[in-house]
Amino acid sequence: MSVYAYVVSVWLLLVGAFGIVRSRNLIHAVLCLSVSQSGTYVLLLAIGYQRGASPPVFGEPATKPTFRVVDPVVQAMTLTDVVVSATVTALLLALAVQIHKRNGTLDPDELRNLQG
Amino acid sequence: MSRRARLMLFLAGGGGLCALLLLGVADLPPFGGSFHPYRTHAVAAAVSHATSNVVSSVNFDQRGLDTLGEESILLASVIGAATLLRPAKDETERAALGGGRTLESTRFLGYLMMPVTLVIGFDVIAHGHVTPGGGFQGGVVVGTGIHLLYVAGNYPALQRARPLRAFEWGEAIGAGAFACVGLAGIAVAGAFLADMIPTGTFGQLFSGGTVPLLNGAVGVEVASGTAVLLAKFLEQAIMIRPGPGRGRR
Amino acid sequence: MPVFDTGVAWLPPVALTIPILLSAAVLVGYRRVRRPVVDAVATAGAACVVAVTAALLARSSEGRVVTWSAGWAPSHGFSVGIVLVSDPVGDGIALTAAVLVTLALVFSWRYVESAEGHFHTLVLLFLAGMEGFALTGDLFDMFVFFELMGAAAYALTGMKVEDVGSLQGGMNFGIMNSLGAYMALMGVGFLYARTGNLGLPQLGEVLDHQPRSTLVVAAFVMLMAGFLVKGAMAPFHFWLADAHAVAPAPVCVLFSGVMVPLGVYAAFRVYWVVFSHQLAPGDIRRTFVVMGAVTAVVGSVMCLTSRNFKRLLAYSTIAHVGLFLSALGYLTAAGTAGALLYVAGHAGVKSALFLIGGVMLARYGSVDEIDLHGRGRDTRVMKWLAVAGGLGLACLPPFGTALGKAISEDAGVSAGYPWAPALFVVVSALTGGAVLRATGRIYFGMGPRPEGAERPDQTSGSREERDTRPLRRVPVTMLAPIVVLLLGSLAIGVVPGVHSAAQRAAEFFVDGAAYQRQALLAAPAHVAAAHLPEWTGRGLALDFASAALAVLVAGVGLWGGVLHERLPLARLRRRPLAALRAAHSGHVGDYVAWLLVGLAVLGGFVGLPHR
Repeated sequence: MSVYAYVVSVWLLLVGAFGIVRSRNLIHAVLCLSVSQSGTYVLLLAIGYQRGASPPVFGEPATKPTFRVVDPVVQAMTLTDVVVSATVTALLLALAVQIHKRNGTLDPDELRNLQG
Repeated sequence: MSRRARLMLFLAGGGGLCALLLLGVADLPPFGGSFHPYRTHAVAAAVSHATSNVVSSVNFDQRGLDTLGEESILLASVIGAATLLRPAKDETERAALGGGRTLESTRFLGYLMMPVTLVIGFDVIAHGHVTPGGGFQGGVVVGTGIHLLYVAGNYPALQRARPLRAFEWGEAIGAGAFACVGLAGIAVAGAFLADMIPTGTFGQLFSGGTVPLLNGAVGVEVASGTAVLLAKFLEQAIMIRPGPGRGRR
Repeated sequence: MPVFDTGVAWLPPVALTIPILLSAAVLVGYRRVRRPVVDAVATAGAACVVAVTAALLARSSEGRVVTWSAGWAPSHGFSVGIVLVSDPVGDGIALTAAVLVTLALVFSWRYVESAEGHFHTLVLLFLAGMEGFALTGDLFDMFVFFELMGAAAYALTGMKVEDVGSLQGGMNFGIMNSLGAYMALMGVGFLYARTGNLGLPQLGEVLDHQPRSTLVVAAFVMLMAGFLVKGAMAPFHFWLADAHAVAPAPVCVLFSGVMVPLGVYAAFRVYWVVFSHQLAPGDIRRTFVVMGAVTAVVGSVMCLTSRNFKRLLAYSTIAHVGLFLSALGYLTAAGTAGALLYVAGHAGVKSALFLIGGVMLARYGSVDEIDLHGRGRDTRVMKWLAVAGGLGLACLPPFGTALGKAISEDAGVSAGYPWAPALFVVVSALTGGAVLRATGRIYFGMGPRPEGAERPDQTSGSREERDTRPLRRVPVTMLAPIVVLLLGSLAIGVVPGVHSAAQRAAEFFVDGAAYQRQALLAAPAHVAAAHLPEWTGRGLALDFASAALAVLVAGVGLWGGVLHERLPLARLRRRPLAALRAAHSGHVGDYVAWLLVGLAVLGGFVGLPHR
């Protein structure tokens, strides 16, 4: 079972891409992009995990610091990743709102403004 | 391209990429193993700067440049969304009408939970360098906590409690403060974002050097940014209507 | 304990912090002050960044400038901090970015009228993203600044909210680039798991001593997904035409001039420092030479068939990116030097042409070549600037593009690709010819007036919304940047010593081992001084040939209507051409499918031969 978590992350990435390819609604496509990104969260956190290790926070008042903690660097990276995802999703959803208002539809097959 | 052709193309490309990724993933160090060299050095560095939340230390002290970039992304996305959701030339903003029916219990809970949520949010921000949490997490709690007013059914009250201009300023000031602390690091300690204040005692509220300052700056920025973002989406839905006249800025 | 020269180490972080501070300042103050003050503050900020990066470039030409952020220098061989390594190539791109932003902001004084304070904020944050991306030496930091560039860019592309095309272009751009970024992050994760490091020098040092593995190949492919989507290599390039066709002209300047080359820069930077020992150079060379050629051909063909001036320029950017990839893909210092000069010259010429397109839209309300037939006949200066731009794109000496092309062709032949000059000549002739044809039609009224019927599979330029109120006269703030950009591109080809400087910068770029040593051990850099001639006889001949061929192509485009139909090849040409056009459909699902196919092909090229 030592690669299960990593396989899940690869699956999430590809399933999200599949969703965008088959999508009939741009809001659905933006959320599939989020799904793809969750693959990166799973990958990063799985990389940092160590069996039997404690969280990398020593609290207040502090417990005795130890090296046997899960990797704090990937947690920091995942935090950055989450913020990026939330904000970029907001931006793309704003675009979707305006597209719907102007075009009346969110179906990529119906949007024919940029061909050739 | 027809849907079928697109699917065929996806299966061809996706299959190849999947094979490559699975072969690569099989080569990763086993899940739950103990090979984490960066972790060891990060914990040592956090302890040396008296920061008991190692993740915050990594975020604001050791890899602070990443966090500067990240909060700039937040700023850019919120301003970008505000730009995209602005009233177009053929739209106007009308004043929001209050009213509509909400259940008594919803209204009660909303008004009750709002101060509690805000206090929790401020606590998460303030203790970000010693307990789990920090500027980003606490900022989101504060930013969305204000919107309990909307959930409790009162959009005009929300508008009064959340003067948009003040929150735009909050965003800018938070981002600017982070950058200024970084530049002050150059002036005082010779390196950008250097930890230049006395670091205090490990595990106490006063510890961590510049980390609590940066936490606070980020908290202000994220709370204001979240409020502005939600405000723009709500305005689009509630207030903007097609019609003649220049859209209000 | 290595000691790092702290004399100028504070410059790189300042270069990326000034725009962030100023964008915050603009956000606070833009409602209280009048528009010219906002313009002045933003432009002054960009000019400051120009000064900082110029100083940095002057210093790094003698040796890389290494900055460990927050003072976390390596101790016991490991550092927990982020390293910023400025070498001449990175600084050169950072300087180009700052210069283009300054000129774009000057152009916007009269050109951009809606979303005023927010426009300046977004452009300044975009500048911060570009500076950070060019100057950093840490892989996760690259991801963060990549996303910063992206967030600002998506909003700037979709800025004209009344125009549905803008919004769709912004959405396609956003989804494609974000997906690429997330894939790159997976690649970063793979490398981190294998080595426990995130900085480029540390990664390179650890991987240099490890045996080859599939994980590293997978990490390389995923990283390239991010960088080459940004860099618009085929088949990841579809979003570029959509985004450029709809973004306001000053924004297109930034995209084509510097954002797209940044993707290519990052791909090769990461290759040289991290992967050059793990991946066989022969495989990489073959990959980029082949895919670069495909990109160049696709771009040129689509360029010729476009009637929307901005989309035409976007396709020509794709074509030129194919040439840059080829030149860098020869994996020699000479090829890299040629690519550097070509990128710099191209930035000047392409930016000027986009600004001319902006003026066209402002004056005539359209960028459609066929609708605007003869409309520009009464301009006095603009028509000749457009001709100069077209000739510059066709690599007429002494434009910088011509110098870069000549050096790249030479490098290609030396690297064992005797057909390289033919590719470069044909591509620059086709793209330059398309621009000259459009210029001839619009500004000189040449050629018979074609039937204006719009084809369903072609984007016309007549439905584009203006960015501003209709202009009667072209103001100085819009004319001056165009002239400055064209003169800048000329200067690259005329100023002596440019080739030698580019060669030195290229030597720094391809020496991954020295990059690692200087970042980790503070070991000084040694680069031999070279005195290389600027122009060679063969280079000049090939350049004049491509310019002449471009004029011929333009002529055929203008007057050869009947010829097109009578040629026996016409019928053979129609099906593949229609298929190529149909592939550029504006549908984001198509683009993602092509992305996956391209990655599978890339994985095959890089991973299969040595197994």
